[in-house]
Amino acid sequence: MTVLTESAARAGVDPHLAPASLDPEADLMLLHFGPQHPSTHGVFRMDLLLDGEMVLKATPYVGYLHRGVEKLCEKLSFVQQTPIVDKNDYVAPMTNEQALNMAFERLLGVEVPRRARWMRTIFAELQRIASHLLWLGTFTLDLGGALGGGTTLFMHCFRERESILDLFEEVSGARFHYNTHTIGGNRHDLPAGWDANVERALRVIESRLGEYEAMSVANSIFVARTRGIGVLSGDLALELGITGPNLRASGIDHDLRRDAPYGAYDELPVRACVAREGDCLARARVRVDEIRESIRLVRAGLAGLPDGPICGFKPIRQPTQVKIAGGQAYVAIEGPRGELGTFVVGGGDPATAPHRLKIRAPSLHALSAIPYIVPGHTVSDAVAILGSLDPIMGEVDR
Amino acid sequence: MTATLLLATIVKILIMVMFVLNLAAILTWADRRQSSMIQDRVGPNRAVIKIFGKELRLAGLLHPLADGLKFFTKEDFMPPNADRLLFTLAPIMAMGMVFTLVATIPFGDTICLHQFRLFPDFWHVHTGPHGELLDGVERWGTCAADSRNGYAPLELVVAPLGVGILYVFAMSGQGIIGAAIAGWSSDNKFSLMGALRAASQMVSYEVTLGMSLVGAMMIYGTVRLDDMVRWQQEHAWGIFVQPLAFFLFFAAAVAENKRIPFDLPEAESELVSGYFTEYAGMKFGMFYFAEYAEVVTGSMLLVTIFLGGWALPFFHRDGLLVQFGDTTLLRVAIPHVFVTLLGVLAFFGKVIVVCWIQVFVRWSLPRFRYDQLMKLGWRLLLPASLANILVTGVVWLAVDKAGSAASDGLRIAADVTQAVVAMAMTYLIGRGVVGMFGTVTHERNIIGTSAGIAARRGGTKTEPMQA
Repeated sequence: MTVLTESAARAGVDPHLAPASLDPEADLMLLHFGPQHPSTHGVFRMDLLLDGEMVLKATPYVGYLHRGVEKLCEKLSFVQQTPIVDKNDYVAPMTNEQALNMAFERLLGVEVPRRARWMRTIFAELQRIASHLLWLGTFTLDLGGALGGGTTLFMHCFRERESILDLFEEVSGARFHYNTHTIGGNRHDLPAGWDANVERALRVIESRLGEYEAMSVANSIFVARTRGIGVLSGDLALELGITGPNLRASGIDHDLRRDAPYGAYDELPVRACVAREGDCLARARVRVDEIRESIRLVRAGLAGLPDGPICGFKPIRQPTQVKIAGGQAYVAIEGPRGELGTFVVGGGDPATAPHRLKIRAPSLHALSAIPYIVPGHTVSDAVAILGSLDPIMGEVDR
Repeated sequence: MTATLLLATIVKILIMVMFVLNLAAILTWADRRQSSMIQDRVGPNRAVIKIFGKELRLAGLLHPLADGLKFFTKEDFMPPNADRLLFTLAPIMAMGMVFTLVATIPFGDTICLHQFRLFPDFWHVHTGPHGELLDGVERWGTCAADSRNGYAPLELVVAPLGVGILYVFAMSGQGIIGAAIAGWSSDNKFSLMGALRAASQMVSYEVTLGMSLVGAMMIYGTVRLDDMVRWQQEHAWGIFVQPLAFFLFFAAAVAENKRIPFDLPEAESELVSGYFTEYAGMKFGMFYFAEYAEVVTGSMLLVTIFLGGWALPFFHRDGLLVQFGDTTLLRVAIPHVFVTLLGVLAFFGKVIVVCWIQVFVRWSLPRFRYDQLMKLGWRLLLPASLANILVTGVVWLAVDKAGSAASDGLRIAADVTQAVVAMAMTYLIGRGVVGMFGTVTHERNIIGTSAGIAARRGGTKTEPMQA
């Protein structure tokens, strides 16, 4: 923990601090950190009230990447929405598709075939590996600088992520807008020899993961920069609705894959990765552990992949084919960033579109911790904390 | 004679400035190239010159040229509320100080002009007072007065100042001013924070930089850089005599150059670009270039003080003398001029190696936090350098009191270190040469469809990718 300056000590950590009360002579500096800033993970903005290097108050501002996806979904038919939500969490498109289509399936009461559920699980776990790898790269970029040592791990992580994108490309023909989940199952079956390619990619990732750990969570400068920084208590995390690795790093053992199984998780037991400290280092360790766990799950999933049909719904010939008259459903899955929920109300006008669709983005909740955990740290730590929360602005603003 | 000296000085200035300028430019290339190798990327390969219809890429070596061209043709942007004078002055100061600093760094042994007769006596080998050929090679020689030509030494240093290293400290301290006024005059909060960080960081590490050298100065008994090298030539390299000081100086020098892991004043991920956020065009180019020039001058200092400067193991003024204590193994007389030239090459070669090590460090470490940097400087490096001074003094006194046996033993130990250095150098150069002719294997992990198809077709281009 860094030594607080006098005024910072007086301020404590108060997210609703009024600067005028602390600073009658206006000696403090208000720094607009973002939206045009190299390390705000897109277009996030923090207003930092600074005393020297010390942050007294941090106010997050979101909405710079708002594209009206939820409103757009009210106009598009159910079938047309899958490729739209790919762009929400642009680091993990597979889980976006899955969450959306699972909500539609629950509303329609469609049974998903067992093979499709297993395939979805394999995709989700591969996507989690890719997402966490990208996070590890960008986090070290935040710590090490765009032109320094951080870039090295960033490039290596992107190299490994690329092999997973290649795998998805083999399945769906797309590297990013997969559009492979559909109502009732999957569109594309696995190509021949795919499992051997997966094994090849996993073996490479697994063998290099130790190297990445040595460069990140085992590096002494990395540890010095992250230990005790941005400590998020479990109570506060629960209060703010923070989920996923951020919550598990704060000592709350909560994983939807295990606690509310969906897909193939009822047959594939998941070991939730938990850490106690709640600081940036704990969040990093949890994510690195989750990569290992996901590798294990993908292997288990491929080993036990059943045969059978991949879609339990009649083949979709035209966009207006699926009609939902009414009702509502909320489905949450454990995305790479936490509870990724889709709330859908049927009975729109026309009935081929939902009346209302709401996406619960875990990153938005993660960002709400910033006013609580950034004050008392330096500007450098603010960058590290923001990076460790793993926000994806496309998902936050939608 | 004055004209000769003037001419010689101009030539020496040209050698030094050209070396710094060119090595700095090549370092920008080396930085990119090295990073691409570490990061498994293609690296710089875009800059092309077409000569007679042939495309020349030179593995990206043209990129520094392209950079220079780009800097000159870019808009010279200045923020509306910036202080015009200081904003313009800052890059000049940053750049100028680096080049004034190299004036006192010796890059070769003193050439004795009277022994350097051009044509008739060019192959002049160490001779006695009556012109007879001596089979002896002295360990320690100076330019002796010559009755015919007089005493005419030509020192291979631009400004042979008596204050030596103190001048270097004075000049490197000025580098702070450039960074500080750049950030202050830019009218940008990020720049201001960068400037404050730069000022406090450089002032703090300046102390360690100076203190770490006190032990070396005590042992060498001089502040003149060329005398320091002569001491190392006669005894052992500074890295063996002052190992702790070597690492302290290296860390402090990297911090002075504001390079990773101490690049807080720039800190891309925190302060956008730190104190030169608002700079564009050639003004930015000067900061960018000054950083690399600082790396070169820092390496020059490190080489001069700790890695023997121009000295090569067992090479003395008049030839090769492999001697352990009083046991002489090999004695080869080589003309003084050739030994000196070899020394100049050795100096520049060592500088290049040290620069390369710094590039390596840069691409493998994350950055410290500001308060951690200050703690490291004041609470760890500075006490360590003070302790180093104490230990050096105590050991020095102990050896002094112990009598001739101890000093003889130390002398043999010093000769052994020379042998170690000689073997290490031979091994590394040999490995380098072998590695150059060895085959390079590329391991590629291609899984997906489009990448696989492209790989089967031999790359995504009609011609295989260069670099």
